[in-house]
Amino acid sequence: MNISFTQHTLGNGLDVLMHEDHACPIVAVNLWYHVGSKNEQPGHTGFAHLFEHLMFEGSQHHDRGYFQPLQGAGATLNASTNADRTNYWEVVPAGALELALWMESDRMGYLLPALTDAKFSNQRDVVLNERRQNYENRPYGLAPMALLAFLFPADHPYHWTTIGEIADLEAVKLDEVHAFFRRYYHPANASIALAGDIDADHALALVDQYFGEIDAGERVDPVRVPATLPRDLRIQFEDRVELPRLYLAWLTPAMFAEGDADLDLATDLLANGKASRLYRRLVFDERIATDVSASQNSREMAGYAQLTATAAPGHTLAEIERAIFEEIARLAADGPTDEEIERGRVQAEAQFMFRLQTVGGFGGKSDQLNAYNVFLKEPAYFDRDLERYQVVTGSSLRQVVNGYLDPGRRVTLSIVPQGRTALAAPDSETVVVS
Amino acid sequence: MSAAPTTRTIKVDRSQLPVPGPTRPFPFPHIEKTTLPNGLRVWTVHHAQVPLVSFTLLVRCGAASDPAGKEGLAAVTADMLDEGSGDRSAIEIHEALARLGAQFDTDIGSDATVASVTVLSRFAQRALQALSDIVARPALRESDFARVRQLRLHRLTQLRDMPGAVADRAFLKLLYGSHPYGHSPIGNEAALAAMDVDDVRAFHTRSIRPSVATLIAVGDCAHDAIVGLASEAFGDWTGAADGGAGGDAALPRAAAINVVPRARAPQSELRIGHVAVARDTPDYHALVVANTILGGQFVSRINLNLREDKGLTYGARTAFEFRRLPGPFVLQVSVQTSGTARAVEEAIGEIAGIRGSRPVTADELALGIAALTRGYARSFETGEQIGRAAIQLALYDLPDDYFEQFVPRVERVTSDEVSRVMERHLDPPRLVTLIVGDLDVIGQDLNGLGHGAPVVLSPDAF
Repeated sequence: MNISFTQHTLGNGLDVLMHEDHACPIVAVNLWYHVGSKNEQPGHTGFAHLFEHLMFEGSQHHDRGYFQPLQGAGATLNASTNADRTNYWEVVPAGALELALWMESDRMGYLLPALTDAKFSNQRDVVLNERRQNYENRPYGLAPMALLAFLFPADHPYHWTTIGEIADLEAVKLDEVHAFFRRYYHPANASIALAGDIDADHALALVDQYFGEIDAGERVDPVRVPATLPRDLRIQFEDRVELPRLYLAWLTPAMFAEGDADLDLATDLLANGKASRLYRRLVFDERIATDVSASQNSREMAGYAQLTATAAPGHTLAEIERAIFEEIARLAADGPTDEEIERGRVQAEAQFMFRLQTVGGFGGKSDQLNAYNVFLKEPAYFDRDLERYQVVTGSSLRQVVNGYLDPGRRVTLSIVPQGRTALAAPDSETVVVS
Repeated sequence: MSAAPTTRTIKVDRSQLPVPGPTRPFPFPHIEKTTLPNGLRVWTVHHAQVPLVSFTLLVRCGAASDPAGKEGLAAVTADMLDEGSGDRSAIEIHEALARLGAQFDTDIGSDATVASVTVLSRFAQRALQALSDIVARPALRESDFARVRQLRLHRLTQLRDMPGAVADRAFLKLLYGSHPYGHSPIGNEAALAAMDVDDVRAFHTRSIRPSVATLIAVGDCAHDAIVGLASEAFGDWTGAADGGAGGDAALPRAAAINVVPRARAPQSELRIGHVAVARDTPDYHALVVANTILGGQFVSRINLNLREDKGLTYGARTAFEFRRLPGPFVLQVSVQTSGTARAVEEAIGEIAGIRGSRPVTADELALGIAALTRGYARSFETGEQIGRAAIQLALYDLPDDYFEQFVPRVERVTSDEVSRVMERHLDPPRLVTLIVGDLDVIGQDLNGLGHGAPVVLSPDAF
């Protein structure tokens, strides 16, 4: 099983990946820039994401909204920024491929002449409202800020969230926008994937026609900063919530690194879905929690595993914490059952097949090709990626649980209702998060 | 691997945007249909892009069928379906699904309950068996009911802190009162407390029945084979559902501006709208076009005004929620607290404008129609998408050629037609505004809007 593709690199360094799929008369255009919030500096956070907004406000040869011509052509489009990368995509009717390439290339090559103070301050207001809506005005919404701030030291590029600090966003100046664009938004720091109803030769000629004229730009050096947790960092804050919630987080291997897939399966069998060990114990049998979930969040230079549980009324986070660590210790000592390993393998196979259903959008085939190309320089990695999950054994899984889900090195965050700090996990220091 | 950076001196002509070329015609999914002796309709679509099969079981009965005083019963019943079957527990059912790598989901709306499962094709038979165990033969045990109800009560507690959920529930109550659409599927604390497992068993017996159900299979599978598997899995499921939701309750008349206070909220959560129109309206296509222009896409009037011009929000949208009975028209947006009154004024202004002083322009109409039609094929890419599309046909009794006719019908919509349906189905004096926000900060501004003093609602009132 794989995603067939052809690969080219333009003279200016832009990687081009093409996958033909003629089932539906549509084409996905997917463009990654290898820049995210990890490329920001303390005091200047939130910038990569704010910049993503500015990419929709017009460029030199189309100095109007980015959406209108594409929606008029029947496209759907969006973009996203995370710690490691920013992606932009359009899914267009096959006949509108050239329009999408014109638009994407114009904002790669000619954004700055069209960027005004008015656009900039409007989009900063929009982003501040995005922050209010998705973090500040949402129960438990500030948890990511607290977890990242304690998992990673103040000078580590994963210390802050992609949405950024309010004060930093308010302080951004237009000249920083220009410098940021010149440093990161150019062919040598980008990869474009086309998937769908295309003729690869014709599509490559179009990509070369529209992107080939853009200056290469300087290669961007990878960011590499190590992180370690010294001990169990126990923190808490009050929020406008009804039920207390416990968050546990550990530093884990980076994306695609040794142990990453094992931890994916380990967190799944611990707390993903009704067949998981912690759901059965906390929610089904003992009924001390209303929900429990876990995930391995792997990033380019480090990962973190996160386990979250909400206490049922009348129960404390201390009880929940105790039960969770008993289950982790049991898994570390005895390993998974054969049945759990077999389920993990089948679920991985199905999940990978689900990803092959669409040519574009977030997570479709074009996005997948770019992920492998940008992070590994190996766009053909699909079947080896699946293989990582097929070779997990009881003993390799046990090993990562022992090695990484260490009770002595973690972040333990309690979010409790206003005035109910007694519900927090014991010995937690009160912190201020905004 | 990459060559030395070079830049071409001849640049591409960027004086005009390329005009999109024609796209080859797209064959819409062909649905094969069989009705089993027990009344279950079995529909299949052959879709063999990837070795997956999606099963969707639609039951034409949802939260609107909740008896008065038992709001939330249909949703609890849906929730209980996967809590065990025969002598197997909920955990065992989910372990069986996990062994198939299945993606399983249940969903409930006003008019329907849907259970769906997607698996690798080689597990089709086992998935269908699991789906029938879940939907047709749930155990509905008392101890599981007690736990499920408790979890839903906890969920209701948590929803009280989510401004969007508070707004949705309060808005439905304001618009519909005791009408079957007046509550969200989760119901309320008092009704949940008043239920017992016999209510769930009775609801399952009278509502979750093959006579109102359609099984839709999309994937690498043959119709006859699926019909055979479905006969085995669902053959002993029998009985007819009794009646649907009655829609004869009188609608209340709410105040123009209503506020659920949320002290120190950094944003106000807004809902503006009124009861509008049912799915079977002959104005459907014109309303879809009109809504696209008003608030249905990024470049809509509402979003360009509130987000791209004023920066008051991350995004604003409108929708006609088409259902079997008249559903609501609703404008939905979260705005920064200081801009609340202004956002209300602008939003109401846009609604009044499109039906009166600022009718849609030819350019807006062309853009709206193009946005809806040119990318239409994209909605039929995955098995799950095709399954969801087929649900629409089954739920609203739409004709077999509905998809083929959609594009030509939308292309025939004129600006006169848009004006006519906007005037017919939007009524500014009837608009109800509901705000979840910081009353101390926004109260005075709202007073100044000229819609009367805001009515303050208790968060416990719905």
